[in-house]
Amino acid sequence: MPLADVAIIGAGAVGCAMARRFALEGAKVLVLERGADLLSGASKANSAILHTGFDAPPGSLEQACVQAGYAEYMAIRGRLNLPVLETGAMVVAWTEAEQAALDGVEAQARANSVDDVRRLGPAEIRAREPHLGEGAREALLVPREHVIDPWSPFLAYLLQAKALGAEILFGAEVAAGRREEEHWRLETSRGRRRARVVINCAGLYGDVVDRRLLGESAFEIRPRKGQFVVFDKAAASLLRTIVLPVPTERTKGVVLCRTAFGNVLVGPTAEEQQDRDRAATDEAALKALIARAVEMLPALEGMPVTATYAGLRPATEEKGYRIAAMPDRSWITVGGVRSTGMTAALGIARHVYGLYERLGHSHAAVAEPECPPMPNLAEHLPRDWSAAGHGGVVCHCELVTKREIEQALAGPLPAGDFGGLRRRTRCAMGRCQGFHCLARLAVLTEGRFAAPLATPTEAP
Amino acid sequence: MSGAAVDVEVEALVVGAGPAGLGLATRLKARGVASVLVVDREADAGGNPRHCGHPPFGLREFGRVLTGPAYARRLAERAVRAGVALRLATNVVAIERAGEALVVTTAGDDGVRRIAARRLALATGVRETPRAARLVSGERPLGVLTTGALQAFVYLHGKAPFRYPLVVGTELVALSSLLTCRRIGAAPVAMVEERAGPQCFPPFMALPRLVGVPLHYGARVVDIAGSPRVRRATLAHADGSSSEIACDGVLFTGRFTPEASLARAAGLTMDLARGRPVLDAFGRSSDPRIFAACVLDRSVETAGWCWSRGRAIADHLAADLAGRLPPP
Ligand SMILES: Cc1cc2nc3c(=O)[nH]c(=O)nc-3n(C[C@H](O)[C@H](O)[C@H](O)COP(=O)(O)OP(=O)(O)OC[C@H]3O[C@@H](n4cnc5c(N)ncnc54)[C@H](O)[C@@H]3O)c2cc1C
Ligand SMILES: Cc1cc2nc3c(=O)[nH]c(=O)nc-3n(C[C@H](O)[C@H](O)[C@H](O)COP(=O)(O)OP(=O)(O)OC[C@H]3O[C@@H](n4cnc5c(N)ncnc54)[C@H](O)[C@@H]3O)c2cc1C
Repeated sequence: MPLADVAIIGAGAVGCAMARRFALEGAKVLVLERGADLLSGASKANSAILHTGFDAPPGSLEQACVQAGYAEYMAIRGRLNLPVLETGAMVVAWTEAEQAALDGVEAQARANSVDDVRRLGPAEIRAREPHLGEGAREALLVPREHVIDPWSPFLAYLLQAKALGAEILFGAEVAAGRREEEHWRLETSRGRRRARVVINCAGLYGDVVDRRLLGESAFEIRPRKGQFVVFDKAAASLLRTIVLPVPTERTKGVVLCRTAFGNVLVGPTAEEQQDRDRAATDEAALKALIARAVEMLPALEGMPVTATYAGLRPATEEKGYRIAAMPDRSWITVGGVRSTGMTAALGIARHVYGLYERLGHSHAAVAEPECPPMPNLAEHLPRDWSAAGHGGVVCHCELVTKREIEQALAGPLPAGDFGGLRRRTRCAMGRCQGFHCLARLAVLTEGRFAAPLATPTEAP
Repeated sequence: MSGAAVDVEVEALVVGAGPAGLGLATRLKARGVASVLVVDREADAGGNPRHCGHPPFGLREFGRVLTGPAYARRLAERAVRAGVALRLATNVVAIERAGEALVVTTAGDDGVRRIAARRLALATGVRETPRAARLVSGERPLGVLTTGALQAFVYLHGKAPFRYPLVVGTELVALSSLLTCRRIGAAPVAMVEERAGPQCFPPFMALPRLVGVPLHYGARVVDIAGSPRVRRATLAHADGSSSEIACDGVLFTGRFTPEASLARAAGLTMDLARGRPVLDAFGRSSDPRIFAACVLDRSVETAGWCWSRGRAIADHLAADLAGRLPPP
């Protein structure tokens, strides 16, 4: 049985960035993901905001990782063809109390070296966002807070790791494991694997994996659900800037922003729950979000809803990340990456590689592999439909071509389930939600997924 | 994108080759309009009837009963015979209204093209309101779809999206779905209607009874659960009780809504309540060069009604081209 330098448990945002970093540093990487595809857990649904870290606790590990993650994303995104929708953000004070709190928000931003923030008065707010509702008293503009495609980067990272020789197993739940002399022996639903060091990036199951393999966990995951409503693309012309509320201790609050895919999104809620898998929406919460969105942007009144979804944050009993190395056990836990992990992932990966080196391991770094550019899904940049020879448009609402579908089902990391195909192409994510394309997709994906779109039929 | 040169100029461009668009275009030719081009994003003309594998279609138009696909074919043949040009498998992605002529951007396998037209008719049709836009609570498993998608599974591809679905709604299209389910040997577990009574001509409600599908009025779907596929739905009943139904799919039927995204994106003044552009008595939108057909002002209309609505709009559009329509 081959021996990997590191086994990374989980191919969420954090695990994918981790696999890339360790592969680039020259380690022999093994990724074990229980889902049928990457981003099957917390990372499948978030607000997609690339944070500057302006509101993170100054001096915290989270703040350092967010800023390092932001910087590295900006540095590599050109090579990988990853988009940024440059929006900037405004922390808007709607009440006197919120206005009073803006000083603190600004001071925190400056303490976090986000020095390009500035205050906007009501007239400047109106000039920047003419459709915003009445009553915005003052705002703090954070010019570099932007929106990205929340999925393509992580596929790109995992593809890079794979190109450098990483072994990536899906449908491989780590059920148990034992430390033998010099390595870990891991029992997975796809058989036994060996690795010198284990990095637990199991997100919503971080504590479970620690308990299963170490017998204890330093923290407890308390899933915190966030629901969202996505409005029709017609809404995108109503808003430029991300509209943030003045943050509270508990959550970043309800955000209104454009998406990279040309829609407008409102959310998330913050609801504690026990279940680690069930990310259900509920009508009352969705209606409240819509009402809040209309309050902030009255022109959204009557705007059709394209989609609704919910994501689960891997929160713990504490606010900060729960990242710790256990040198005597050759184990690193990367847990509690609650609400900034999409941005921070690359930074977390660098930090964890540092911890790993301190365990006494080192490798010879390799050059970044040549990977084909990622297919662009962002609405503000050229998409495949605008280039000839795409075989026709399959999903009309999102203008997804047959070539895009076929490419997502091929290559080194083909989509492992329908969710993965949707995240890779945006098919069936638009306003008709599959009225036009679902049957065609069932044909194009026939024989590909363990959970197929079509069930076997009986002859009439 | 707007860099591409205009490659065709026509008198009238019709977006959508459904019954309305084909009726409209055919009539324009009969009215002597020199060049009429219909663009549709599907590979076959005909609109929704392409996948309605059941009768009755065509009584008004052809004086006989046809299935949807046969009807769609005939409408298209008739249009072509009348001299209408069809451009299929081509999506209209944008409408520019700045200049003298309207310019429409299309995308197809042959790339991006631009078509200039003196008049534009939007016949982009209707679709059902999917689960998301209804804000129905629960998870998002496989097996949740609309009747249009079900028909495409069954009639276009010979496939089944589920075996024992819950059917939501009692418009005519919900009844048609019971027949479509039979085609694939699927057995709906129940039919539920939020309101106290049926949303179609009440005697039609004999059908669920005939095929043995239990019917619940005053019942709402308040939860959908399952992963990766639907496992059960929870209903809330008018009397305040709730019940769970095991199923492997949830079919959301009806609640038709205009496919008005192009009109919205083109910046036409919208009628928010109806979800379509504001139109005058001649079918003209806030840009009087753009007409729209088949607009769902009552509940969903039959294909035949849409077809004749298209013809009526064609008469106005032809009069307008001839300078005979009163200014807006
Ligand atoms: C509502 C919401 C909004 C957010 N908004 C933003 C935002 O705007 N910007 C931002 O930067 N971040 C945002 N985030 C945060 C970000 O999404 C998370 O921090 C990030 O997704 C956490 O990733 P992860 O890899 O730690 O966890 P996960 O994505 O949960 O990954 C863990 C993986 O491990 C796998 N796994 C679990 N157990 C096992 C096992 N035993 N064996 C094998 N595999 C296993 C799981 O299947 C999963 O794929 C938001 C999050 C939510 C929920
Ligand atoms: C599931 C279902 C069952 C039905 N059953 C019956 C029945 O039994 N009997 C009956 O009489 N009626 C039935 N109807 C109703 C009937 O099909 C519709 O009322 C009728 O098709 C509407 O005609 P239309 O031309 O307005 O639109 P559609 O038929 O919807 O045609 C619109 C066309 O526009 C095209 N289009 C839209 N946007 C673009 C774009 N941007 N670029 C290019 N092309 C575009 C579409 O591809 C489509 O072909 C049913 C409808 C459905 C959905």
